[in-house]
Amino acid sequence: MKTAVVLLPGLNRDRDMIAALTKISGTPPVTIWQTETEIADDIDLVVVPGGFSYGDYLRCGAIAARMPVLRALKEKAERGTRVIGVCNGFQILVEAGLLPGALMRNASLKFVCREVKLEVANASTSFTSGYTQGQIIRCPVAHHDGNYVADETTLKSIEDKGQVVFRYAEGTNPNGSMNDIAGIVNEAGNVLGMMPHPENLIEAAHGGDDGRALFAAALEVAA
Amino acid sequence: MIKARVTVTLKNGVLDPQGKAIGHALSGLGFDGVGSVRQGKVFDIEIEGDDRAAAEADLKAMCDKLLANTVIEDYSVTLI
Repeated sequence: MKTAVVLLPGLNRDRDMIAALTKISGTPPVTIWQTETEIADDIDLVVVPGGFSYGDYLRCGAIAARMPVLRALKEKAERGTRVIGVCNGFQILVEAGLLPGALMRNASLKFVCREVKLEVANASTSFTSGYTQGQIIRCPVAHHDGNYVADETTLKSIEDKGQVVFRYAEGTNPNGSMNDIAGIVNEAGNVLGMMPHPENLIEAAHGGDDGRALFAAALEVAA
Repeated sequence: MIKARVTVTLKNGVLDPQGKAIGHALSGLGFDGVGSVRQGKVFDIEIEGDDRAAAEADLKAMCDKLLANTVIEDYSVTLI
């Protein structure tokens, strides 16, 4: 599978993501700068990594979401290509309207950088099929605005349709997210957004590899 | 030249932890009787020309497209 990583000014987790995709897929991803208006047809997985695009000005991800590459990504996602947004990438996908809801300031008002536990709330997506339903995995988080919010109707809808794929487990909700939501997919199931950083837990040198199965599933390779 | 002020506030019912912290800080400074505090953003925008109706329509479009996240925020536009 051919992968791509979207680059925007202020992102800083792009190198970690490129390293993870290279190690798990065996081939380095291509990079796509924010001004690109098209994403090649042969790309099977596009990742929007974490960081602080545009300095988090206005709202986290708001300005990045209005860049040409996001319009191209939206069109590509509508054609069924897999998309993953991690941390700021999740905020960007939400601001761009690829995923429902919004990510607000952490309830504690503090930046949180620590490890949390995630429950796999839906193991039947193309991103989570390497886990078992209800499995608890470890994953690091590092963010200031990860407090997932949606109106009552949207929240009920994503819960009913199994779009909540990861929840903070065992009392580790670091940000006040509604229903402990840590990651969601779109209705079609080909776009995943999550605040935790699975790319930072993929090998022994990271102290664990709980995040590896996510990329392996999305890339359809052995974990 | 048209001058406008756009105000963006959180929708009713959306929790505002920043507003709450500001409220606590005001109480800590001895301002008794401070109830709810909700924080938001103000944009002062200058628009060339003198077509006020067109400017107002543009400003609303700017709010919908960028200045406000209408999932969680409301906005108001005032021409000065």
